[in-house]
Amino acid sequence: MKNTIYKLFTLLTFVVALTSCSEDKTKPTSRYMPDMYTSVAYEPYGENNVLPSGMDSQAPVSGAIARGQVPYDYEDSIDGYEAAKKKLKSPLSVHELSSEKGKSLYGIYCVVCHGKKGDGQGYLVKREKFLGIPNYKDRDITEGSIYHVLMYGKNLMGSHSSQLTREERWQVVNYVQTLRNNLLK
Amino acid sequence: MKSVQKHSQISRLVYATLAFLFIFTMNLSAQADATAGKSLFNANCAACHKLDKKLVGPALGKISERREMEWLKAWIKDNNALRASGDADAIAIYEEYKGSPMTAFPQLSDTDIENLVAYMDADPVKKAGVAQMVAVEEVKEEGSSVWITYTVLFIILALILWVYLKSNNGFLKIVATIIVLLNIAYFGFTALLEVGVDQGYQPVQPIAFSHRIHAGENKIDCQYCHSAAKHSKSSGIPSTNICMNCHKNIAEVSEETATAEYSKAFYDGEIQKLYKAAGWDAENLEYTGESEPIKWIRIHNLPDFAYYNHSQHVTVAGLKCQKCHGPVEEMEEVYQYSPLTMGWCIDCHKETQVKMEGNGYYKNIHEELSKKYGVDKVTAAQMGGKECGKCHY
Ligand code: HEC
Ligand code: HEC
Ligand code: HEC
Ligand code: HEC
Ligand code: HEC
Ligand code: HEC
Repeated sequence: MKNTIYKLFTLLTFVVALTSCSEDKTKPTSRYMPDMYTSVAYEPYGENNVLPSGMDSQAPVSGAIARGQVPYDYEDSIDGYEAAKKKLKSPLSVHELSSEKGKSLYGIYCVVCHGKKGDGQGYLVKREKFLGIPNYKDRDITEGSIYHVLMYGKNLMGSHSSQLTREERWQVVNYVQTLRNNLLK
Repeated sequence: MKSVQKHSQISRLVYATLAFLFIFTMNLSAQADATAGKSLFNANCAACHKLDKKLVGPALGKISERREMEWLKAWIKDNNALRASGDADAIAIYEEYKGSPMTAFPQLSDTDIENLVAYMDADPVKKAGVAQMVAVEEVKEEGSSVWITYTVLFIILALILWVYLKSNNGFLKIVATIIVLLNIAYFGFTALLEVGVDQGYQPVQPIAFSHRIHAGENKIDCQYCHSAAKHSKSSGIPSTNICMNCHKNIAEVSEETATAEYSKAFYDGEIQKLYKAAGWDAENLEYTGESEPIKWIRIHNLPDFAYYNHSQHVTVAGLKCQKCHGPVEEMEEVYQYSPLTMGWCIDCHKETQVKMEGNGYYKNIHEELSKKYGVDKVTAAQMGGKECGKCHY
């Protein structure tokens, strides 16, 4: 009898000790059967000591074109900018353009700097974190030049091509033109 | 004679007042110049120039110590024309910054430019009233209550032990056994239920990136950085080029951003870590080409036998990130807000109605389903969000 009691007692203290150990929030808890949690397949952003860069995600071979993508032929230079400004036209037809889509994308990616109306009064500008955002109406821009700026950036504005797909970029371009026309009125 | 003297006294007084007023208004107008100049500068020039540091173009503080006013007017209005006229200074500075010509500003008048120069020449205004940050040691009250619990537990344990060892009362022993067994069951199950559930997990990240500052104070949209959420399974952690869209310009935080816990120097140091990872030379404002990956520590991690897709929930269902991830915009460091257990997924699928409006693809399915279940609104579970094969395959 006494023996079982001692056993029970030690078990209880043990369990209490175990549960009170999980206080450290900077460490993950233990896992039951970890090989079912993490399979051998690669996950995005995993570390990898076989592949050259040490990461699971690899940059595509230079010159590779992803399926469904169309390469962009204009150069990242002043000449390329001028050429795109004159020649580049939107491939989307009027039916495919949706000001709703453009507006929501513009709201995510451009509003912090350029402001809701495109007048250069974004939230970061108002808080004086990021200055010198132009008002669209002061710039002589065309759909081609806007697209070019989204692809490569211009001076302090960085490229936004990694965040937006080709179709989304044209939707945004269309919305920027709407804003600009409203400002010019 | 006397009256004349008096006269001259009065006139002296008048002159003095006039002179005083004159100087005073001069002063005033000089100040107004600089303020007008500041807004002009912020709107037109700040994209490329800072006063104290090189940006796209040279630093412009105390510019008139370097250049004549006439030269500045010509340069700012049309620097291309000035270069074409063969001005040696203009050509020299253009050569120094080869490749990035400055925009011409024919719309600025001479007064505008005088205002601008007044602003550039003025001593930088130090923001007044920035209190010294004093780290306050918080006295933790928690300790005492923990000790009360421990004392009570200890007393109960001692009592039970006494019942077993010293007491001969059979009833007390049965009660004590039941208490012991209940305790084992309770603590045992709590321990087992915690296995693999990382709610509250908050690892220390390699860069003390603050969602409170970015998504909260500066209202940057979640998807600006987590831009894959709208199309793919994974939300994605932004690569450094996205950080650099802003941080090419933002090299340090302002005084007001510092808190009692983290100083400005600490935050500035964290931005330097970003520069190191991105391979950005903040002195010369160019990439060195020597970048290295930032090893963020993953927080949310479902086991690989469960399939979860962000685009299904963010784009199709239109759920807010905060529904699952909690008030991220208030978190200095991100922690796991939801348990991410299967019960959690299923509960929400049972409760949440599917958005039917304006979705042509779902129209027929939805009509059939709502007939089948006899309701006008279909929950995610009724649509199949409870079937094993949807998440485990
Ligand atoms: C981090 C702040 C920031 C964000 C975000 C941003 N921009 Fe800009 N943008 C700038 C700055 C700065 C300039 C001025 C560049 C210069 O010096 O000409 C600019 C200039 C422009 C111009 C004028 C370029 C020209 O040819 O003169 C266009 C068009 C533009 N942005 C569109 C966009 C669109 C569309 C988005 C959203 C996808 C966007 N920007 C997001 C900072 C930003
Ligand atoms: C598009 C970016 C850009 C904008 C906007 C811009 N600048 Fe410049 N600025 C430059 C560059 C680049 C240089 C260096 C010379 C060159 O490459 O042409 C320069 C040079 C100068 C110089 C000559 C500095 C020296 O040391 O001689 C002055 C003065 C100047 N800028 C004033 C201004 C003012 C005032 C404004 C606003 C009204 C302005 N800039 C707007 C890019 C810009
Ligand atoms: C300025 C860019 C930026 C913005 C804006 C941003 N995030 Fe993040 N987010 C990051 C970075 C970088 C990390 C990785 C470092 C970390 O965990 O703190 C991250 C991590 C996270 C994680 C944890 C990922 C993991 O490892 O499990 C969640 C969840 C998250 N963000 C949600 C949000 C939500 C919700 C918002 C909008 C309220 C938001 N983020 C806005 C950059 C951003
Ligand atoms: C849309 C603009 C924007 C983007 C994108 C952005 N930041 Fe920031 N960042 C800011 C602003 C604004 C501040 C605050 C500056 C201030 O308070 O003066 C800041 C402050 C910081 C700080 C200092 C405060 C802190 O959070 O510790 C760090 C570090 C930082 N950013 C890292 C990053 C990293 C890493 C990324 C990319 C994942 C990133 N930023 C992307 C705008 C941005
Ligand atoms: C329905 C709940 C839900 C919503 C809504 C949601 N998430 Fe998640 N999020 C999760 C789960 C579950 C995981 C873990 C995924 C895994 O491990 O495979 C996760 C993981 C993440 C991660 C870590 C990296 C990754 O992609 O696996 C980030 C970053 C993130 N979410 C950001 C966001 C942002 C930003 C939004 C809003 C646009 C959002 N989440 C909306 C449930 C949600
Ligand atoms: C906050 C509520 C919420 C949470 C939490 C949630 N879901 Fe969902 N889920 C939804 C809604 C709403 C839909 C229906 C979207 C639609 O198709 O309109 C859905 C749909 C799905 C679907 C597609 C179902 C189908 O019929 O094709 C899968 C798979 C899924 N969720 C998996 C998960 C997993 C795995 C988790 C837990 C990690 C989870 N969900 C957590 C709300 C949620």
